[in-house]
Amino acid sequence: MTPDLECKALTRRFGEFRAVDDVSFAVPAGSFFSILGPSGCGKTTIMRMIAGFLEPTSGDILITGKSVLDVPPNKRAVNMVFQHLALFPMMNIEENIGYGLRRKGMSRAEIARKVDEVLERIGLPGINTRKVDELSGGQKQRVAIARCMVLEPDVLLLDEPLGALDLKLRERMKVELKALQAAFDTTFVYITHDQSEALVMSDQIAVMNEGAFEQVGTAQELYYRPETAFVAGFVGDTNRWTGRIERISGEALDLRTENGMLMRGASHGRALQTGDRAAIYVRPEAIRVAHGAEALEGFDNKMEGTVTSLLFNGAASRVLVRPATGGEEIEVALPQSGEFATTRKGDVLHIGWSGAQGNCFAAGAG
Amino acid sequence: MRAGTKLGFILLLTPLLLWLSLLIIIPHIDMFLVSIRERVDVRQYETSLANYLTFFQEPLYLRTFLRTAVMSVLATLITLLIAFPVSYYIAKIAKGRLQAVLFVLCLIPFYVSELVRTFGWMILLRETGVFSNLLQWAGLADRPVEMLYNDAAIMIGLVYTSMLFMVVPLVTTLESLDDAVVEAGYDLGGNGYSVLREIVIPHATPGIVSGSIVVFMLSLGNYLTPTMLGGKDSLWFTELIYSQFIVRFNWELGAAFGFLLLLLSSLIVWGMLRLTGQTLKETMG
Amino acid sequence: MCSKSSGVLTAVIGLAVAGWGQTAGADTLRLLTWGGYAPDDVIEMFEAETGHTVEVTLSNNEEMIAKLRATAGGGFDLAQPSQDRIAGPQEEFGIYKPIDMSKIDQDKFIPSMLSATMANTTVGGEVYGVPHVWGTSGLVLDTANAGMVEDYTDLCSDEVAGKVSYRLKRPTLIGFAFAMGMDPFAAYGDEAAYTEIMEKVEAKLVECKPNVKTYWGGGDELMGLVRSGEVVASMAWDTGGWKLNADNPDISFVAPASGALGWIDTFVLPAKGQADDAAYDWINFVMQPEIAAKITDAAGNFTASKGADEFVDDALKARYQASFPPEAVDNIKWYPPVPAGLEAIEGGVLDRVKAAN
Repeated sequence: MTPDLECKALTRRFGEFRAVDDVSFAVPAGSFFSILGPSGCGKTTIMRMIAGFLEPTSGDILITGKSVLDVPPNKRAVNMVFQHLALFPMMNIEENIGYGLRRKGMSRAEIARKVDEVLERIGLPGINTRKVDELSGGQKQRVAIARCMVLEPDVLLLDEPLGALDLKLRERMKVELKALQAAFDTTFVYITHDQSEALVMSDQIAVMNEGAFEQVGTAQELYYRPETAFVAGFVGDTNRWTGRIERISGEALDLRTENGMLMRGASHGRALQTGDRAAIYVRPEAIRVAHGAEALEGFDNKMEGTVTSLLFNGAASRVLVRPATGGEEIEVALPQSGEFATTRKGDVLHIGWSGAQGNCFAAGAG
Repeated sequence: MRAGTKLGFILLLTPLLLWLSLLIIIPHIDMFLVSIRERVDVRQYETSLANYLTFFQEPLYLRTFLRTAVMSVLATLITLLIAFPVSYYIAKIAKGRLQAVLFVLCLIPFYVSELVRTFGWMILLRETGVFSNLLQWAGLADRPVEMLYNDAAIMIGLVYTSMLFMVVPLVTTLESLDDAVVEAGYDLGGNGYSVLREIVIPHATPGIVSGSIVVFMLSLGNYLTPTMLGGKDSLWFTELIYSQFIVRFNWELGAAFGFLLLLLSSLIVWGMLRLTGQTLKETMG
Repeated sequence: MCSKSSGVLTAVIGLAVAGWGQTAGADTLRLLTWGGYAPDDVIEMFEAETGHTVEVTLSNNEEMIAKLRATAGGGFDLAQPSQDRIAGPQEEFGIYKPIDMSKIDQDKFIPSMLSATMANTTVGGEVYGVPHVWGTSGLVLDTANAGMVEDYTDLCSDEVAGKVSYRLKRPTLIGFAFAMGMDPFAAYGDEAAYTEIMEKVEAKLVECKPNVKTYWGGGDELMGLVRSGEVVASMAWDTGGWKLNADNPDISFVAPASGALGWIDTFVLPAKGQADDAAYDWINFVMQPEIAAKITDAAGNFTASKGADEFVDDALKARYQASFPPEAVDNIKWYPPVPAGLEAIEGGVLDRVKAAN
């Protein structure tokens, strides 16, 4: 099956600066594809090239198999939901949604029918004659999507559309967007710097940094098997130590950190040599906590430490533990079984994790 | 406390009230009183509407007013047509320094007085002027061409004088138009024309209307430009008022003309607002 | 609080009044006059001699009267309208005050001019004006291109089509009336007869309009038009023609066949003038022959000062004699006082000429 959207060696330079550097990817029909990266990484540039507002310096963009480089933005079967939605304030909802249909020269009656239909689908029937500023943030969001979807595009581009919403609404809209995507069965390309939006909604996520894709994969792959130090550091929370590799045996390796701690990690297939400078990433939830050393017998890395602060956040509560041997504080997820409900600042805890959880990358990159 | 805020309010309002009453209301009342006087003999006056009647009975005056109004509307339209692309370029396409430079360029002609600006056009357009000589030099004319002293010259002068007053409100409203909204217009299938018609112009309407009102009023009330550039055929309503007051010593008729200009031009502006479906509040607020 | 703010108001008004009083002080002469009638060197000499200070405001006949009418004769201490524009406005608006002839050094004036002006400006037995500068209006011609123009009506001939200019003001109406063989001055007292004359003039001016390049408004505008060659014949003041003659000998002032129109600018005291003594001082000062000659050199026109001619620049005298052979001087038509209300008839004519296509 031809992918709905395919970019081949897409490059865009602004002067000497490579905003997008040789990026290739394909988005299968009907999937939710996210591009995740910090601001300034080039994700908006990619999106504007797909929409047609920017010309690529080199490379090709194909929509349903055909190159669209010579197609102006108003003729591309791609529509975009803008960061601040860009609803037309001079028009009411009906006129907003009908705008694209009018451009296609559709009859009034049919436009009215299609508008009603799409309003029904986004769960806002009867708001036809309302003004844009009479709607709530979430309603505007849905109208902005409806305005594009009514044109039945092959690909819908979404440029951080949740950025302007408050946290509670954002959480709800994540679920709703995913549901809308499923309902319309259209390919969504979503760009965001918010990893939780990408992780929750996407079928596939591309992590982007400095104009290039670091890794493309499912949320789980990115989270549990980051391929680069940047992905390991950017996706999810993590503890990080840098040092020099002292010994390698198969996947397992030992690393001496800068303040002298010896730590067991795993290379997961990456080429690392004894004596290399490297960094180990360990997720807070991969670390076990116990009141006594005996509970952590089976772990490769164990240590004792003092709680320096308690970061209570309901189910996602964590503690910061300063190892007794010195060094940086370690962030550790706090199990919610009730066992650690009374943990206070200053308590002594034992922590430990297996070497396989310690993702090791050559240092320098991240 | 209440008395204090009230006093503060009065103090804040005082300059405005003084300005309104001393410079606008009282002179107008005085002018109205003059306009309803009819001279019957030396130093003898009667209250009557004879002066107003004169305006409607003498076809010349009515025709002059209509001509002034039509020319002013035309000048407003031409100014809008030229100023819109200029403003769009300044507001939306030019960036940073260039934007500021262009804006200042629009402003620079207004550092010199209207008289000097009009003289500039006279130097360009007159028979022995720059354009005439250029045409002859280029072989496009075999004798001096007189471009001054006609309606086209008046129109050029009016448009030139009014440009800034159209550009400023247009740039302000166009700057407030989110680029993304324009892009959305294209993205959803619009072309340049439909984006302009359905998005840019509706957004800029308050600016267009307020700019047009200002330019229309300025043109209608202009004296210098039509008189100097129009020469023997200028025939502008303000010229009539001036000559009634100054040359004919007929203040009564001049005052009536002044009042009629105020009323009729307000009527035209009101009509334009109705026609474009705007309210004064939307436009000014 | 209320009394405090009214106190402030009083203070502000007091300050304003004080400022007013200072500028209106008896030693300051506020002079409303024409360009060239109060040259800087004359003002300096006057200030040095009398201790008064002079503030000059430049204007023309219509604006002088309009300004004085707006303030009911206030704001200025001495004004200089033409002698024909004194009696009418005085009757109508009462903007002048009588001149105390005992304070005027009458010996310094050319007697015939003084008595004529006094007669023309007498209203209700009181004299309102004394003569100062006089001159004529006639034709300025580029003799190389418009030698055939001998009278105002010749401005409408085909030979000078499109290269003609005149003012759209009352002197043009009067001049054309004379050139057409009528006598408008004789009809001054008879509104119906005057209207009839004006109707004929109107028809002529409308017919003549295609010939006109533009109606000139100010002296500088006319100079520009004639100098550039865009206009070869125009109705104008004699001084304008003499100035142009200095630059280009082909251009000169010609008294029209029907006679040049003679005007005399006067001294009048505005009704609310506050420095009458300074005003009388100024009149007596500038009528001294040497001073009057300086004014002639600056303004280009001769004055009513007796014996001033011998101090005047010879070149100017030569130009004057070239334009005015003795028979032309005898033929000068001096403006009689304009009866009040006549301007309304002329105004209608001028408006209609302006509007004609």
